[in-house]
Amino acid sequence: MDYSQFIYMRPELSLIAVIVLLFFFDLFVKGKARGYFQPLACLLMTVHVLVNVAPSRESFSLFGGMYQYVPMMSIVKTVLAIGAMVVMLQANNWLLRDDTRHKQGEFYVLLLSTLLGMNFMISAGNFLMFFIALELASVPMACLVAFDKYKHHSAEAGAKYILSALFSSGLMLYGISMLYGTVGTLYFDDMAARLSGTPLQVMALVFFFSGLGFKISLVPFHLWTADAYQGAPTTVTGYLSVVSKGAAAFTLMLILMKVFAPMVAEWQTVLFWLIIASITVANLFALRQQNLKRFLAFSSISQAGYVMLGAIGGNAMGMTSLVFYLLVYLAANLAAFGIINAIEQNSGKVDMDDYNGLYKTNPKLAFMMTLALFSLAGIPPFAGFFSKFFIFMAAFGEGFHVLVVIALLNTIISLYYYLRVVKAMYINSSDAPIATFRSDGYTRLSLALCMAGVLLLGIASSVYDGINLFAFGL
Amino acid sequence: MIHMEYYLVVSTVMMFAGIYGFFTRRNLLAILISVELILNSVDINFAVFNRFLFPGQLEGFFFALFAIGVSAAETAVAIAIIINIYRNIRNIQVKNMNELNG
Repeated sequence: MDYSQFIYMRPELSLIAVIVLLFFFDLFVKGKARGYFQPLACLLMTVHVLVNVAPSRESFSLFGGMYQYVPMMSIVKTVLAIGAMVVMLQANNWLLRDDTRHKQGEFYVLLLSTLLGMNFMISAGNFLMFFIALELASVPMACLVAFDKYKHHSAEAGAKYILSALFSSGLMLYGISMLYGTVGTLYFDDMAARLSGTPLQVMALVFFFSGLGFKISLVPFHLWTADAYQGAPTTVTGYLSVVSKGAAAFTLMLILMKVFAPMVAEWQTVLFWLIIASITVANLFALRQQNLKRFLAFSSISQAGYVMLGAIGGNAMGMTSLVFYLLVYLAANLAAFGIINAIEQNSGKVDMDDYNGLYKTNPKLAFMMTLALFSLAGIPPFAGFFSKFFIFMAAFGEGFHVLVVIALLNTIISLYYYLRVVKAMYINSSDAPIATFRSDGYTRLSLALCMAGVLLLGIASSVYDGINLFAFGL
Repeated sequence: MIHMEYYLVVSTVMMFAGIYGFFTRRNLLAILISVELILNSVDINFAVFNRFLFPGQLEGFFFALFAIGVSAAETAVAIAIIINIYRNIRNIQVKNMNELNG
């Protein structure tokens, strides 16, 4: 056995090291020193990001093809790790509350376990590996959703999440078993060579979509999203909506391009309707939401539709724009959730009406929220405009004209509901606005990071070009 | 010798019985049991395909083994969450899961 292979799994190994260190810190450190938990976790994550930030140039596959690596995966893993780090920064305020203080260690270990699952999921080269990694990403996630165990709504959200996750992974496994029955292998490379597009394989493809469609929350599989997002602790909601979704979106694109390449016409049709349904239905539901977490849940479903626009063409430009979109979406959405979290921790308010007159009392938060929402809606000169532009270009270039027009019309609807929040904060007046408060240093640091992303990612073209270096198509 | 089709009929019936149960049951534990039916039907599928179509290899059996292990882990977490709900509201009926809606 050649142990040098393990060196190539750098992102996973360093993440495991972080998990083990935090676990032992949680186990053995008592008393006052526990106050260093948060800084230590963030420091270790920073080290993890820095160790893995430079992608290796060559591609390789390990363990007989079970684990695959191309440089693009390393970029996505870094983006996800940065997202997890921002979530950890935002979690501080909530974790130091009396009812969660003793569970700090569990939070970090569970969070990083899901991240580890996502890393393996991205690098999987076999459906067995992919399945185990997907479950590693979703089982600890259910624990995180149900983390506030003395609150009924958190447990209810956790139950809805885990039951939907089980159901959709059951359907996905049924699809994979049919694929196995028709081609006799589970390795991605062999399967791509043997698939021929028989009706049974098309049925298997549709079943397969349900597993990742659930994690990305595309429309027929989105029913858990709003409830789980609303009931989960707000930091976990931010993590669910960005990191978990981003990993699944990238993986779905990779599998469609690598494994289902012979059936490209079939999956493009499936994806075409899923995208239209996701964007339109989610937008219509978002219009009538009052709870901000629920509102952002529907907004994230429609954003998932936009993300998949990058995958439908199956070309290199689509891959670049998808990864870039994920990065920009991460900055904007985590900023929005960070602000909601800060306000919820300080005043307990999450409804849109509660935000009336926020500008008078907390002008900085209101301004940052506005920037984040503008970026989500795609207003220039913020990063969201450029990411939407690139992703529309990628789909348009492959001839999906109708799809792009529908998506464009939907951005107008989305602008309306994003502006509703801005209107509440700036124009509506309120007798009892949220009191002025100063958020803690970690939250401010995380918001500064996100704002830098929202403002600079679109303008600094080197980011897009850097991602573009490693992109590949069908 | 029993033909492969009979096994597949059993697994398909289990699969759709599970889907039907998932949508119609009104108790969280019954829903969980329905999902287990789905997962077990998949295990049968893998074992049968491996045994009848590709007898020279073990990939399907391994997948079934891992699927059993993973679904046990998922069930453990699901039951823990359901117990948590029971502690909060002394009830695990679906009609009481209505705090989150809109």
